[in-house]
Amino acid sequence: MLEIRNLHARIAEDGTEIIRGLNLTVKAGEMAAVMGPNGSGKSTLSYILSGREDYEVTEGDILYNGESILELDPSERAAKGIFLAFQYPVEIPGVATMQFLKVAMNEQRKFRGEDELTTPDFIRRVKEAAARLQIDPDMLKRPLNVGFSGGEKKRAEILQMALLEPQLCVLDETDSGLDIDALKIVADGVNALRSPDRAVIVITHYQRLLEYIVPDSVHVLYKGQIIKSGDKSLALDLEANGYANIIDAAA
Amino acid sequence: MNMQTAIVMTAAETALVDAYTAQIGELPGEGAVLSARDTLLADLRKQGLPTRRVESWHYTDLRALLRSVPAADPTAFAQRVDPLVAGSSVLSVLNGKADTKGAPTGVNVRSYAESLVDGVAAADLIERDPDDAIGRINGSFVRDGFEIEVPEGTELEQPLELQLVQSAGQSHSRFPVTFGANTKAMIIERHLSVSDAPSLVTTVCDLILDEGAEITWIILQQQGEADSHLAQVNFDLGANAKLRLFVINAGGKLVRQEVHGVTTGEGSDFKLRGINLLGGETHTDVTFTLGHDVPHTTSTEVIRNVVFDRAKGVFQGQIRVAPDAQKTDAKMACNTLLLSDDADFSAKPELEIFADDVQCGHGATVIDINPTHLYYLRTRGIPENKARAMLVNAFVDEIVEELEDEAVIEPLETIIEAWLDKHA
Repeated sequence: MLEIRNLHARIAEDGTEIIRGLNLTVKAGEMAAVMGPNGSGKSTLSYILSGREDYEVTEGDILYNGESILELDPSERAAKGIFLAFQYPVEIPGVATMQFLKVAMNEQRKFRGEDELTTPDFIRRVKEAAARLQIDPDMLKRPLNVGFSGGEKKRAEILQMALLEPQLCVLDETDSGLDIDALKIVADGVNALRSPDRAVIVITHYQRLLEYIVPDSVHVLYKGQIIKSGDKSLALDLEANGYANIIDAAA
Repeated sequence: MNMQTAIVMTAAETALVDAYTAQIGELPGEGAVLSARDTLLADLRKQGLPTRRVESWHYTDLRALLRSVPAADPTAFAQRVDPLVAGSSVLSVLNGKADTKGAPTGVNVRSYAESLVDGVAAADLIERDPDDAIGRINGSFVRDGFEIEVPEGTELEQPLELQLVQSAGQSHSRFPVTFGANTKAMIIERHLSVSDAPSLVTTVCDLILDEGAEITWIILQQQGEADSHLAQVNFDLGANAKLRLFVINAGGKLVRQEVHGVTTGEGSDFKLRGINLLGGETHTDVTFTLGHDVPHTTSTEVIRNVVFDRAKGVFQGQIRVAPDAQKTDAKMACNTLLLSDDADFSAKPELEIFADDVQCGHGATVIDINPTHLYYLRTRGIPENKARAMLVNAFVDEIVEELEDEAVIEPLETIIEAWLDKHA
């Protein structure tokens, strides 16, 4: 589903290279974890996948379902089924959460040539998904992410993911700022989306989240490259022994 | 001032003076009313329209901007439209002619033409200060309007809409409104244009809120692209009176909306909320002065401006706190979203504080669309232009939401969205 080939990318503003020859393949149905120490390029990778214009790809390619997405803007990538759950979801005063959800769902449907949702259908979908994530309906009446707690913001991200039904989900540090109860709810939400035709990339710092979202593959990102890949035991090894051994071995 | 008498009159000044001479026999009122009109017109002739040299008109050089004045058009036709909020009482002024049909029960309404004819209006026809060009023009030419009295204790269940519909020519109206003690009401002052022909509309509203009155007054200005709109609201707040004034400008070629108030009773509270939607080659000025004259009064002012194309906007806000007006709490903010390189907005906040135990502040910001907000919306599949429109709308919608009444929020949101769709 996703094939990243020899990707090099830098910050557009100052030219700092962050991704330096990254290769990663994720198949449909796969749950892939990308782990790495601070500053290794984890968040940058998620931004580049989403099409953020603050970064420039200088070499290599990103193939999604066999096609390069480098020329697509963020909304086109989203409409084609790529979803990024943000580490820090953005607060947008004045934009009502429900209205935002409706516009996003309908714009994606329009892009794919589908009919817009009727209001009752839309409301039913939101209510069902919100209930599964134990989201208070009052929260959806507020402006988008404004005044949400850290846990509420992360749940709101997973709610959007559930409603938009993407093919490729990228979760950037979704566990950060969550207490254990919220972590379980979020993990259940992600697990519920697992399906043979959907791939998930979980970007995380710690192994903790991977106790609840069990990965098929684990990849270690360091200095903009994947330096080691393995199965879920690699995450346990990292938890026990830290990154130093792997970094030394790769050097 | 003497210098200006030497200057040749502009086309607009000449047209105003000539129009007065032509209309004087038919303008309602004699005796004291006529003499008040003569005085105002003589001042207008002597001083001319204000220029940038007059401080309160510095950013709106009326003499330069008011290029012409449309002649009165007796054949112009306008009719009532549906009210903004279904179920409202409607008092209409169609091409300057007031119709008292539709007054809500329990509210005393008479046409201002009657006040002019019987001379009661003479006391109103004054200049609030030497630079009061709007009072001068309106007072010289005023023909109609409504004198409204909401008796003590009256609570209006439905809004009262003052509907001014203009199709061409000129109209000059006046609205003295008294809200008795403990009254509650929502008034919607709505300015509409129903043709492309240019028109000049002036209005002066004099509002008195007696003790404990709680009034929401919404000015929705949607005049045509060729229209000039010169308007003034004066208000006086009695003890514990609350006035929320919403000013929404979404039309007009040349607009000046003045708001002048005083708090004369302790415990009174004033809120000004403004939305200026500016596009094309237009000029819109909201000028506000408020005197906190007694202790323990509060006010907040929030103005949000969205400026496209080559439009120019102005907000002048002056808060004065009298020497014994201790415990005054006044906060003023003016935020502007400039959406084109040629768009222009001037903000001039002023605080004149003569008391020492007060809380006063003001801030003016110019911002652009937040790129992180835009990026976030786009990652959800919302195309850039749509995402941008959502964010512009959000910027002003925060103000509309403060009305906390869906019946009026919804039609206002529809108008704002339609305006943004047309201009964005």
